[in-house]
Amino acid sequence: MTISSAGPALSQGPACPIPIDRYPTITLAHGGGGRLSDILVRELLLEAYGNDELERLGDGALLDLGPGRLAFSTDSFVVYPHFFPGGDIGSLAVHGTVNDVAMCGATPKVLSIGLILEEGFPMEDLWRVAQSIRAAADEAGVRIVTGDTKVVDRGKGDGIFINTTGIGVLDEGVDLGAHRIEAGDAILVSGPIANHGIAILSLREGLEFETPIETDSASLHDIATRLRDVLGGDLHAMRDPTRGGVASALNELARTSGRGMHIEESRLPLDPPVRGACEILGLDPLYVANEGKLIAFVAEDRADEALEVLAGHLLGRGAALIGRVTEGPAGRVTQKSTIGGSRVVEMLSGEQLPRIC
Amino acid sequence: MCLGVPGRVVDVQPSPIGVPMGKVSFGGVVKEVCLAYVPDVEPGEYVVVHVGFAISRIDEEEADEVFRFLESMDELDEIHIPQPGESDPSLPDRFASPGAATAGGASSGPGSGGAEPSTDDTA
Amino acid sequence: MKYVDEYRDEAAATRLLEGIRARATQPWTLMEICGGQTHTLVKFGIDRMLPEEIELVHGPGCPVCVTPLEMIDRAIALARRSDVIFTSFGDMLRVPGSEIDLLGVKAQGGDVRIVYSPLDAVTLAKKHPEKEVVFFAVGFETTAPANAMAVWTAKREGIENFSMLVSHVLVPPAMEAILADPQNRVQGFLAAGHVCAVMGYEEYEPLAEKHRTPMVVTGFEPLDLLQGILMTVEMLEEGRYGVENQYARAVTRDGNAPARNLVAEVFEVSDRKWRGIGAIPCSGFGLRDDYAPWDAMRKFHMEGISADEPEECHAGEVLRGLMKPPDCPAFGTLCTPENPLGAPMVSSEGACAAYFQYGRTG
Repeated sequence: MTISSAGPALSQGPACPIPIDRYPTITLAHGGGGRLSDILVRELLLEAYGNDELERLGDGALLDLGPGRLAFSTDSFVVYPHFFPGGDIGSLAVHGTVNDVAMCGATPKVLSIGLILEEGFPMEDLWRVAQSIRAAADEAGVRIVTGDTKVVDRGKGDGIFINTTGIGVLDEGVDLGAHRIEAGDAILVSGPIANHGIAILSLREGLEFETPIETDSASLHDIATRLRDVLGGDLHAMRDPTRGGVASALNELARTSGRGMHIEESRLPLDPPVRGACEILGLDPLYVANEGKLIAFVAEDRADEALEVLAGHLLGRGAALIGRVTEGPAGRVTQKSTIGGSRVVEMLSGEQLPRIC
Repeated sequence: MCLGVPGRVVDVQPSPIGVPMGKVSFGGVVKEVCLAYVPDVEPGEYVVVHVGFAISRIDEEEADEVFRFLESMDELDEIHIPQPGESDPSLPDRFASPGAATAGGASSGPGSGGAEPSTDDTA
Repeated sequence: MKYVDEYRDEAAATRLLEGIRARATQPWTLMEICGGQTHTLVKFGIDRMLPEEIELVHGPGCPVCVTPLEMIDRAIALARRSDVIFTSFGDMLRVPGSEIDLLGVKAQGGDVRIVYSPLDAVTLAKKHPEKEVVFFAVGFETTAPANAMAVWTAKREGIENFSMLVSHVLVPPAMEAILADPQNRVQGFLAAGHVCAVMGYEEYEPLAEKHRTPMVVTGFEPLDLLQGILMTVEMLEEGRYGVENQYARAVTRDGNAPARNLVAEVFEVSDRKWRGIGAIPCSGFGLRDDYAPWDAMRKFHMEGISADEPEECHAGEVLRGLMKPPDCPAFGTLCTPENPLGAPMVSSEGACAAYFQYGRTG
């Protein structure tokens, strides 16, 4: 059984501080709480993403985030392969939780990192993941202030699992969510969809691309803040469509808000090779995961402006207005096809297995 | 039955197990495909691929058939038939953002997709 | 994408619909054979855009859907063996067997793997000489050339740890069974484009003649289906019957000769049981005796396993076009994609799955 997925053989940047020839892989002792654990935490993890608070190595982080409300989110990351074009499980873990916090309308401030490592996981890979965490956290302007590391027996974990929990600060008066979605609201998406899911699947399926498909994994806090700043109360809700794709996000919000939603297939932004991959794998891009996109629900008379804000941002290339919120039926999402017919966009059942026959 | 997707042959090579293989591109995605059933196919030609096998060549001449057929039908451009789920008129087309990637599915303008539809095709 | 996008053009689709509307002066019932065609119709909303006079009933063209229950049970028995790597197309994994499905066997620790091409399974066998690699060869005639190549290659290379569990079915006998049924309402057929790309359409001519029914070989994109429907309606309105070819860019009357040749070398026509329909003589392919060592049925002595489908499942009627999925009492209640009673609810080409996925409750 493969413990680590394929990736470039050598890590970029500084060499792994733990001597690889002595400790080429994670052992049970590294999770035992004794000397080796200590070495792992101090010499590898702190070296990669340490800061004053984390280095205290207290049982918990002591935070002063100012007065006001907080947003709090948690997520676990079990992606395989661990390394993929444009990212890895580490950067994904940071972006994922930063984004959840940002979608609430909060400014992400701090993260925790919980690692579950499988005995035998290559030390070199852990170092790469840790560096990747560092880079993503810096880019998002968040500090990693507490964490935990456990090791499980060989065969009991898929190399590495990561849990991240994040806290963000909400400005006074910010009120985003399904409850604010109104009939007539414009539905916008910040860019081409399905890139992440296809990037992962393509590794698994041995697809090559003339221009390689990369994950779109990115931190959305900045683009989300820009939207909030410009639109104020006319920004009603945001959601990042991760597992289950745009379809799942829209279905959930339609249900929670008690509204209907109608989108148009011809308006969905799709990069051509991603589209080609979906065709040959028999996948509907609406259901494929994204990791660096947001869906915004905006008061109808401000849709133009919202689109400008998105399109003007580095992460908003290809942003589009894809549809609008309707009165109902509650929970129903429909799509007009490219030839003009209509269909319902249902909740996904199970995993979308690639259609072949 | 089953999923058969058209793609463009990019190259042809014999394989380690002695079966003619090749690379076929589907809009930029390249996959290895068995070409045993389209002998003498050349790079640049299009084939229909099913479960990793090219099962048929695409005849470019015949591919235009649908569009010639449409041309030969009476011209009905002036008649607008409202369809279910008709595009919401309050979503103006100018909302497509500049530099957007290709939208999913066809655009309804003439000459889209690289084929040669009838020259009097109007959106 | 070339040869895809232009067949999804809205203006052209509207024109074809108008043509159908203008031509149809009375009600007609048409059947599209292939599950892929059903999906396009439902996904693009075409069936609802057609004039009321045209009714489309969905045919048994989903090889996953017609795979008999006992074949699934055999697959499961093989997948449970510790010496077997069981390989299959993705669609088969959630088709219910008598107690469990292949995905369930995988969850229990069975080595079940999805492959994209049957050749991948042969490569796997080469890579793992210590294991038996079995490939679940399900499909209509479209997939037969690929499966034939796999087993032919295995024989030629002397790869003895590879075998196929064959459940191939043929379209013309199914159409004959539908047309011969006294309850049949189908007046015209949209024949399966990719089956015909392989086999040609010569064998449909006697069928069309015998039953005086128009048949149009049709592709899979929206414009293909609309043109195919228009051509069928024209024949019906004019009282003509016979076989016409809408999908001429990929289909010729003779089909693909090298493909047919290899298929004939490896397979022979055999009787087959169709889930929900029953046994149809000479309706499938089985491996010839030369290929017995690569036939999982014989290699692993699977003949003993047999089973009957649950009564609440009306897959048979749906597959023969006698019932629409929402008319089935179990649709969406006892039978959902998460807990399917039969294959049409779970296969990506199943009519029940299409209706459920695209929210059709009526």
